Amino acid sequence: MKVCDIIEKLGLTVFSGEQGLDREITGGYTSDLLSDVMGNSEEGQVWITLQTHKNVMAVASLKDVAAIIIVKGFQPEEGTINQSNDEDIPLLGTDMEAFEVSGRLYELLNN
Amino acid sequence: MRKYLADLHIHTVLSPCGSLEMSPGRIVQEARNRGLDIIGITDHNSTRQCAEVVRRGKQEGIVVICGAEVTTKEEVHCLTFFEDFDKLQQFQKYLDIHLPEIENDPFKFGYQVWVDQQEQIIGEEHRLLISAINQSIDEVEQEVHRLSGLFLAAHIDKTRFSLISQLGFVPPELRLDGVGVSPVSTPDKLVRQFPWLHEMSVITASDAHMPGQIGMKNTCFLLNEPTFAEIVKALRGEDGRRIVRD
Repeated sequence: MKVCDIIEKLGLTVFSGEQGLDREITGGYTSDLLSDVMGNSEEGQVWITLQTHKNVMAVASLKDVAAIIIVKGFQPEEGTINQSNDEDIPLLGTDMEAFEVSGRLYELLNN
Repeated sequence: MRKYLADLHIHTVLSPCGSLEMSPGRIVQEARNRGLDIIGITDHNSTRQCAEVVRRGKQEGIVVICGAEVTTKEEVHCLTFFEDFDKLQQFQKYLDIHLPEIENDPFKFGYQVWVDQQEQIIGEEHRLLISAINQSIDEVEQEVHRLSGLFLAAHIDKTRFSLISQLGFVPPELRLDGVGVSPVSTPDKLVRQFPWLHEMSVITASDAHMPGQIGMKNTCFLLNEPTFAEIVKALRGEDGRRIVRD
């Protein structure tokens, strides 16, 4: 499954990083502690978080995640959006909470 | 110039987690007993107990630097300090605007009161002070520096509520005046753990919530006089002012 597929199926907003929409998804990781994501996320995962800080993109790039979903309708900061475009890692958004979007993504990836 | 001993991270009775014994009088008394010259008052997201500690400090010959321990939107704890009451009050207004309306439950979290010289309660904060304010770390840093204050990342080595735990690393654009090390570590250990910190001013402080913790960890400054302006110089390593390690 590619990033563009989950955008449609989960009704996600695309903030930035459109060049990365055909990235392949291998799984998901939900966490708001960037130190934890640095240590435990894996390449190709979709990272679900409420953090909007620019450091999110640096961690995403380091771990080569497929995309980031920002939950609860939060807006990413300008620096975060700019870096998402530079890195071609899509920054996505949803009004759902992390619990719900994680569950729905899990279902999509495992069926 | 001479050495001055400072503990720049002390909570008062106003912090919900601060002991009710942490009255201004008791804090200043303990500071004296511990041989401290300078103390920093840093309650969670509030500066409202500072003025009375300053007054007590003047009586007892302890210099009090006023500020707050701010919890940013990312749940990073930051130490902030201001030169005078005017700046402190402006920062209090900023905190009042950005602290969310989450009611404190004193039975779960503790009382959030401030007291006068007779240790009579003169005010109570009803909003939970340990909430995160709705401002990013960059926004808080900019506001503190707009008010010519000092901005430090608190207990940066902690696995929760620290800049490292929450944001993974120090954002390159963030203007830190220094970082604090938690009471369980030391500046040397910290720099071994995070080698990029060697260029930064590292302060050690107690993060005292109870009288017995005051001054258990402290920072030795080489200053001309114990003032806010001199501490600023020491953190920047200007004019020979600096932090002295044992």
